Amino acid sequence: MNDPILSLTDVRRSFGEVEVLHGISLELRAGEVHALIGENGAGKSTAMKILCGYLSATSGVVSFKGQAHPFKDANEAEAKGVVMIHQEFNLADMLSVEENIFLGRELRRGILLDKKAMQAKTRVLLDQLNCSAPATARIDTLSNSDKQMVEIAKALSRHAKVLVMDEPTAVLTKTETAVLFEQVEALRAEGAAILFTSHKLDEVRQIADRVTIMRDGDVVHQGPTADMSEDQMAEAMVGRDVSQLYPPKGSVPQDADVVLKVKNLTVPGYSTDISFDLHAGEILGVSGMIGSGRTETMEGLCGLRRATATQVQINGVDVRITAPKQALGYGLCYLTEDRKGRGLLLDKSMRENLTLQALDTFGSILIDRAAEEAALATATKDFDIRASHKDVKVGNMSGGNQQKLLVAKTMLSAPQIVIIDEPTRGIDIGTKQQIYEFIRGLANSGKSVIVISSEMQEIIGLTDRVIVMRAGRIAGMLSGHDIAEEPIVRLAMGMAAQTELKTKEPV
Amino acid sequence: MAATDTATTPQRVARKFDLMVWGPVLALAALIVVGALMNPNFLGYANITNVLARSAFIGIIAVGMTFVIASGGLDLSVGSMAAFVAGLMILVMNAALPTLGVGIPVILLGMLTAIVAGVIAGFINGVLITKLGIEAFIVTLGSMGIYRSLVTWLADGGTLSLDFSLRTLYRPVYYDGILGIAWPIIVFAVVAIIGEIAMRRSRFGRYCAAIGSNNEVARYSSVSVDRVRMATYVILGLLVGLATIMYVPRLGSASASTGVLWELEAIAAVIIGGTVLKGGFGRVWGTVIGVIILSLIGNILNLTDAVSPYLNGAIQGVIIILAVILQRDKKTRT
Repeated sequence: MNDPILSLTDVRRSFGEVEVLHGISLELRAGEVHALIGENGAGKSTAMKILCGYLSATSGVVSFKGQAHPFKDANEAEAKGVVMIHQEFNLADMLSVEENIFLGRELRRGILLDKKAMQAKTRVLLDQLNCSAPATARIDTLSNSDKQMVEIAKALSRHAKVLVMDEPTAVLTKTETAVLFEQVEALRAEGAAILFTSHKLDEVRQIADRVTIMRDGDVVHQGPTADMSEDQMAEAMVGRDVSQLYPPKGSVPQDADVVLKVKNLTVPGYSTDISFDLHAGEILGVSGMIGSGRTETMEGLCGLRRATATQVQINGVDVRITAPKQALGYGLCYLTEDRKGRGLLLDKSMRENLTLQALDTFGSILIDRAAEEAALATATKDFDIRASHKDVKVGNMSGGNQQKLLVAKTMLSAPQIVIIDEPTRGIDIGTKQQIYEFIRGLANSGKSVIVISSEMQEIIGLTDRVIVMRAGRIAGMLSGHDIAEEPIVRLAMGMAAQTELKTKEPV
Repeated sequence: MAATDTATTPQRVARKFDLMVWGPVLALAALIVVGALMNPNFLGYANITNVLARSAFIGIIAVGMTFVIASGGLDLSVGSMAAFVAGLMILVMNAALPTLGVGIPVILLGMLTAIVAGVIAGFINGVLITKLGIEAFIVTLGSMGIYRSLVTWLADGGTLSLDFSLRTLYRPVYYDGILGIAWPIIVFAVVAIIGEIAMRRSRFGRYCAAIGSNNEVARYSSVSVDRVRMATYVILGLLVGLATIMYVPRLGSASASTGVLWELEAIAAVIIGGTVLKGGFGRVWGTVIGVIILSLIGNILNLTDAVSPYLNGAIQGVIIILAVILQRDKKTRT
């Protein structure tokens, strides 16, 4: 075994009085892919930031090529070939792809920038990643997955010796993930050390040579990936058995009331003629590729986008919804997939976030603070929201706790129909289990839930019926035992659901 | 995070003394001490009344500006708007004089004109900003020029004067009061108290902060974002009208130089008071302190010979920049 290129030895880190890393050790070796897994708040991001010079260790040693305390900041780490790709993109939105990739080390010809050369090199890098985004496109016009690819291209262009990626696949589709993994393998073959976090344990099994599992600021397991099954990993992360990730499905009677009837809903530019029924006590899944118009359709339904429909009926009454407030009045509510950008006020406390949507119910002329505090106490208990203290800014909470807060916030306005977009994106398996249980409980209590998800297992494990969308239209509907990976993928790809031909899922 | 309870105590302690919160209060206290030491008349009834009554116009406007800025907006037009409303008010009152005669009805008509004109002007700003989606800075920069030019045109380049008989009747609204407190101060205090309660305890205040913090989050939380933002501009327009009602009896005239730079003084007071310029947080009592600080500086310079009164603007500028530095420090610490 070769010497580690970058390592942590007995590293502790405190924020104020709170210690979040309790003496962890981690070794990255050249030519090895290392996965760091653990629940949200376990300390993965902190560990990564210490590795890459974004944070200093309170005690313990960081060493790079045998040298202790190698970087005074992230810039120095990057100059020495240790590059980190953050979960929140670190790109200048108003600059082009090429300008971002060469930011700070632009190629020059004389005193002028050599645009041509930079664009050509950018093209080569993006082609390697099968990314079709033009080199001249502005970052804010790109999709999340393209942004991720630009981040990766940027890291590649810096000839990283150590590449640290915080949940690189969270926003990628399966195909894009496969392309990313090809690049990771190429880098590994070139002798780079790679560390990544992911909540997708199958990916960890697939690509990582070694795995480190963290829980509550400690390393609880370290070893070759091959020695562990996904279930064992999950159990080590959570500290309890999570093989029962999905609660048992309910049985929606055939003659259950139709609570929502949608006919020919069209969101210009995104979706056309979407029609479906939603029954009381049902969990309806919406599957399809990213970009198939799932989110926009539901936003259109809830008055968040301009949309037209021949009929929208709630509880048998025709309605016309042009603003989210109206939708809420009919008991219809959309919970966004973008919890940081659209879901929560990151610089406000939990209380202000929790009651924002249902503020009308707190007091008459003035807001009833005591009632708000009581609602917060109830919500933190019911949804198991953990925060260092109740006045903490929501932006400083872990993703899982943010998501639970967002769900609590939505439920506070007591909707009868909830549309949850990507209910578990970027959160750990323990919290996922809690959220799944909550969604099923909601359906069992007679409410109706629409779940939009890119995670196939989630759709299969959680929903009673599935609409598969493709290119802005409904490609098909599956229910009961027909809900399985192959028919969903076939529909999403534009083929019929049933066929004798066993084509392998395109990767 | 999993480590929970230990965090509570230290962060509470750290928050006990926050320069961001107490900075403006300390600055005001320091100014009062300096003023009292330099001139014995500084703390006299006459001087204090004079300072507060003069700052009432800007103060009333600045309270409205606090809501606009807290919700992520800006209004540069308030100074010109005040001049225009004042001009309009005088024209209407003079025109109605022959029919209504000298009496309370003319004054009330003038007041009504001011309020209606202010509300309409605020509404126009609001519509352009929320419905057409034009930047608040650009819309109000435009309307600032328009109102300034309109009042100059109405006055034909000179001064619009209230009829002398009306002036005598209207004067007490600025110069009189109850229990020795001048009317402008009373109105300013009432506006400030209502504003403070609205900001802290009403849904409107909470929505303003939410929209300023993240417009999209507010929209996805079923807040009627456009309506709230519109309301901030309409309320500001209304308060400009109210401030004008208090201002006109003071001089009884309006001209192209009426209300010049009021917008910047109002914005400066809001910022000194701790409201965040990019929105998301507003503090009305801070704004009130900011207004008083700004007018005390001028007052102290006028009362003493130590520093030339011509440096008034420079000192105000330093205070504004200091206030922003304090704000930024807080950002980096958390």
